[in-house]
Amino acid sequence: MALLRVTSPHAHHPANKTGWVMLQVLAATIPGIAAITWFFGWGTIVNILWASVLAVTLEALFLKLRNRPVGFYLTDYSALVTAWLLAIALPPYAPWWIVAVGIAFAILIAKQLYGGMGYNPFNPAMVGYVVLLISFPLQMTTWAEPRGVAGAELPGFWQAFQFNFGLVDRAALDGVTGATVLDVFKQNNTALVKDLWANPIFGHFGGHGQEWVNAAFLLGGLVLLARRIFTWHAPVCFLLALTVMSAAFYDGGSAASGGSPLLHLFSGATMLGAFFIVTDPVTSATSNRGRMIYGACIGVLVYVIRHWGNYPDAVAFSVLLMNFAAPLIDHYTQPRTYGHEKAGTRKAGK
Amino acid sequence: MSQVTYREVGFNGLWKNNPALVQLLGLCPMLAVTGSVVNAVGLGLATMFVLTCTGAAVSLIRNYVSDAVRLPAFVMIIASVVTCVELFMQAFTYDLYLVIGLFTQLITTNCVVLGRADAFACKNRIGPAAFDGFMMGLGFAVVLFIIGAAREAFGTGHLFEGMDLLFGPIAANWRIEVFPNYPQYLFAVLPPGAFIFAGFLIAVKNGVDAGIKRRAEAGMVKVKRERVRVTGAVG
Repeated sequence: MALLRVTSPHAHHPANKTGWVMLQVLAATIPGIAAITWFFGWGTIVNILWASVLAVTLEALFLKLRNRPVGFYLTDYSALVTAWLLAIALPPYAPWWIVAVGIAFAILIAKQLYGGMGYNPFNPAMVGYVVLLISFPLQMTTWAEPRGVAGAELPGFWQAFQFNFGLVDRAALDGVTGATVLDVFKQNNTALVKDLWANPIFGHFGGHGQEWVNAAFLLGGLVLLARRIFTWHAPVCFLLALTVMSAAFYDGGSAASGGSPLLHLFSGATMLGAFFIVTDPVTSATSNRGRMIYGACIGVLVYVIRHWGNYPDAVAFSVLLMNFAAPLIDHYTQPRTYGHEKAGTRKAGK
Repeated sequence: MSQVTYREVGFNGLWKNNPALVQLLGLCPMLAVTGSVVNAVGLGLATMFVLTCTGAAVSLIRNYVSDAVRLPAFVMIIASVVTCVELFMQAFTYDLYLVIGLFTQLITTNCVVLGRADAFACKNRIGPAAFDGFMMGLGFAVVLFIIGAAREAFGTGHLFEGMDLLFGPIAANWRIEVFPNYPQYLFAVLPPGAFIFAGFLIAVKNGVDAGIKRRAEAGMVKVKRERVRVTGAVG
């Protein structure tokens, strides 16, 4: 009789390897990045390259300092995912030191100081983003204007590189930067929603360009979902909660309106957040029921902060807040172990 | 307790039992007012003065106050001294008082002060008690100064801004540009920055301690025989 002499897990499919999963996540962001580049110029690509170099270097340096196997952890590509997500979230023409501060904070403090890959309670990219947002409000809120709206020609790769690294006068950027749709909604007190649409930065139902960027991230996310990189629970509940909230407070488009559900779904960081941030396996809740609660709470928080808070977009804040809550959610949504009663339901003294 | 030496008391206050880095007491002022050097030093000096005075006063009354009412008595003494400091600041450093006045009042509730009164001053003669208060205050003030300097330098790019609020016109030109053309790094100025810098300082202190211990174990440095902590547990 042949006895199995290996321990679980018995599956050795490449899909189980962290590095392969992360590579697929990276690949799935490409449509979104392409859309950003088409509508807002080459700045984001420059940021992504610079962020990747920094993230990998810092990660390697700190793994070395912490006496961890450098090659093993670098080839799980989690540092690259953090770098790409942060760089995508940043304004395309953010100066190089913004990227550097954000990446340093994300990799060193939010990830390595907590114990590295798998131990970070907060999503590193979102920690980096929030630190930047509260530290440098001016630089972080000058978003680029989309193609066809911008007063000047969108910068090419070399030009974007010069802008972001301060090699040429950044004043020339004034022609291609401006407010986002969510900024306009935030500051609007008097105009009806349909009158806001006279502003050329509005597109068909979301921001001009932004709606396509979000659609591209939705596409990438659906591919990941089809490849079972993550389950549907967190992203679907996130989008559902956001839809319900924005529909409930839409009120047909008065001056106090918060914007239609379509606007909220296809503006800002909604789709990027739904499929690339909320689905982070390390910092989200673990059980399926827990993920549904986790995602839905983020959706509600995003709308609450967008509509009643001080910031035009809120995915990063909401994700960090719910990262806090994820252990609590896990505690109350522990699935029943097969063959056992549900934890906590057993009567005392039994 | 009478055999405690001044040397040990000093070492305890500055390093081994540092109120801010080891006991982690007085976190509220440490996080709230260390946004700039002048605020940090102002509050550090005030705390130091209060600690020294209350140490001496508590030591003087230690044989006349029963255990049951000692804490209210200590708090009364501390509150009186803090009121003195506050009036003093209103008289001589009014502009600084406007900035950190609230936190000066809160020194009354600073756990370092009550902690030292209960753990050390009420068990020792006036000399060591006052000296312990002074060294604990100095240890606290030094940490406040370091965090304040780091946050001011990284947050705003300059150091010693507005020191004339504390030291008079003589200090008006102490301001140093550390990083010219620095964009404000608000994160360092806001309280989360204080948490991070305090965390790094604690890490540095623990790292140094671990290094000394390792070298001692390797026999390269002779360290005096460790003695049992003399101050007792501080709640």
